[in-house]
Amino acid sequence: MTKKILSYGLWALLLASTAQAETVFVTLEKDNALAVVDPIAGKLTATVPVGQRPRGIAISPDNKLLYIATSDDNTIRIIDTNTLKEVGKLPSGDDPETFALNPAGDRLYVSNEDDSRVTVIDIAKKKAIKEIKVGVEPEGITVSPDNQWLASASETTNMVHWIDTKTNTIVDNTLVDPRPRAMSFTADSQQLWVTSEMAGTLMILDVKTRQIIKTIKLEVQGVTSDKVQPVGVVIDSKRGKGYVALGPANRVAVINAQTFAVENVLLVGQRVWNLAFSPDQKRLYTTNGISNDISIIDLDSATVTKSLGVGTYPWGVAVKP
Amino acid sequence: MRSLHFTQPLMALAMVGLIASGAAVAKAKHATKPIAEAKQAAPALTKAKQTINIAYLTQEQAAPAALSNLDPFIKDKGVIGAELGIADNNTTGEFTGQQYALKKFIVPLSGNVADTFTKEIANKFQWLVLNLPDGQINPLADLPAAQAMLVFDVASSDDSLRNSGCRRNVLHLLPSRAMRADALAQYMMKKRWTKWFLVIGAAPEDRLYAEAIKRAAKRFGIEIVAEKTWEHTFDARRTVQSDVAVFTQVDDYDVLVVADEQGQFGEYLDYRTWNPRPVIGTQGLIATAWHPTHEQWGATQIQNRFKDTAGRWMTEPDYAAYLAVRAIGEAATRTAASDLKPIKDYLLGPAFALQGYKGNPLSFRSWDGQLRQPVLLAAPRSMVGVAPIEGFLHPKTELDTLGFDQPDTQCKWEQK
Repeated sequence: MTKKILSYGLWALLLASTAQAETVFVTLEKDNALAVVDPIAGKLTATVPVGQRPRGIAISPDNKLLYIATSDDNTIRIIDTNTLKEVGKLPSGDDPETFALNPAGDRLYVSNEDDSRVTVIDIAKKKAIKEIKVGVEPEGITVSPDNQWLASASETTNMVHWIDTKTNTIVDNTLVDPRPRAMSFTADSQQLWVTSEMAGTLMILDVKTRQIIKTIKLEVQGVTSDKVQPVGVVIDSKRGKGYVALGPANRVAVINAQTFAVENVLLVGQRVWNLAFSPDQKRLYTTNGISNDISIIDLDSATVTKSLGVGTYPWGVAVKP
Repeated sequence: MRSLHFTQPLMALAMVGLIASGAAVAKAKHATKPIAEAKQAAPALTKAKQTINIAYLTQEQAAPAALSNLDPFIKDKGVIGAELGIADNNTTGEFTGQQYALKKFIVPLSGNVADTFTKEIANKFQWLVLNLPDGQINPLADLPAAQAMLVFDVASSDDSLRNSGCRRNVLHLLPSRAMRADALAQYMMKKRWTKWFLVIGAAPEDRLYAEAIKRAAKRFGIEIVAEKTWEHTFDARRTVQSDVAVFTQVDDYDVLVVADEQGQFGEYLDYRTWNPRPVIGTQGLIATAWHPTHEQWGATQIQNRFKDTAGRWMTEPDYAAYLAVRAIGEAATRTAASDLKPIKDYLLGPAFALQGYKGNPLSFRSWDGQLRQPVLLAAPRSMVGVAPIEGFLHPKTELDTLGFDQPDTQCKWEQK
């Protein structure tokens, strides 16, 4: 315990001198609020009411706006990152949970889980401009950094749908392991990483062929395989390492993004779902739904440096430099 | 709820996208290199359409005597689950070139199920979802035409149908009584409530439930300190208030286990026992395949979708029928087949993993055709636990700590 505090103190000192100030925003599903965290100081600085059942969250490319899906209000709210005041709303369809922002920040794609649809929203016009029929219970959704592809995963159909962002139509479908949850493209847009909650796997898809090139079974010693339910996945910009949140296994797996070997498994809070890098990619922030906290992982040393209570059912996370 | 405002040019673009195949995408003026390299058509457009026809057979049931008017008698248990499964399969089928159709056969109360089967279903279907009382399952499955079919039993919990009475053309979707009793026993072991008072109703099914409870008690080292049969009486001098208190004066116990599948008296026990003890079994804390309070692992989504179409909560036969149809769909998707042999082989093989909104993937036990699944332990208004309970280990899968495992089975369908 003392050692942990000491090592954290050291890190705080080191970080304070090198890292820029950054702000971590966490949606609190059961508090109907947004937690605002200073991760360098390791402090919860504010908790702002934000609407009913906030879940998915994303930050605009210019870092000025937050988009937050307030599921029980059937809307996506736009929050000013400086004033933390609501500045607008977007139509989202029923019960929005997950959504993706394109790199230009002018389109938002929402998974409408109950309707088997993806809604395309023109952010400037605040209008839904297209609905795309996808498989049953679409959940994971992401846009490739080169803005070519919108990938949508349907949990019950067990497919990744490849949608051309120019035409908003499905071009191809890839059958994946049961209950695909979250997806992330590599920074070079060459690979799509997909997690399967039920098979406990991470699948690497080649974007050119849209085929699975590698399936990694995620396992944790001393944890039964049914508890290893991979959800959130992020890959660093150099494609050096990828990180997968393992849900009720309460761990984050560290994957070598070149060899696909599982290099490490880090213990974090309970039911870890979503992940976000710090802007310099030296830290990883995790939302832990059941322990009501976030974990801060120092990536160079691969250690969890801090657990910070933020509120009830932390769900999504976004970081502002 | 949803209001969409399509702008004209975008609408036009959307129309082009819908009409044109993937090939047109490559020709679109905005298309860039990675898209041009894309496969020219989605799989659905290249494959010939496969059609999978599923028959659903049930018979109208007389409404049983009810203890209260809280729960109305539901006539259509099962069929709406099957329809939802078809809808889900068809959504997936749009991308795989497969189409699913459900043909429903509902035999009137006075009708003959075997006649309907012979006239309408025999030699016309390969897949039969069967929602019938225990005693009608095997006579139907043994008909010659049923040998070329796979039957999905979505109603029974009977252990003998899964043991000595097993049939190689029948799969069972709901947990057996043994699985339910084991689920309760595991949770009681965790709570260390290991002295049971067993109260058994007068119906033959109650005897079978009690047998499963006794089997579970023996397996997990639970002591049944007392056992009594509840006699229905019309004696006006005896009321439930006084009767239960007297009836439950037995040696000290931790929980009262009631076996009353029809719900004739079980609800009367709670709060009326001589000693303050919880009630479990067919009332109180129950072991079930599905429950309105279940919302983990995406269950909320299917609860909502079901309620939207049915206007009521999903019941066990609905869940079972949904899973039966989804199992066919999942196997057809993965094998890209529509015939009995490849799909049945896949269903009973090691690769089959069905998403059933209960965390673990579901699969069929190769030795008796029972769907391997977690069992929910539910109180009327809250989910208390999900079995297998942590700590009950198994060399292959912890799901097989529930019910008849391979070494215990009396199903000898290999020899049949």
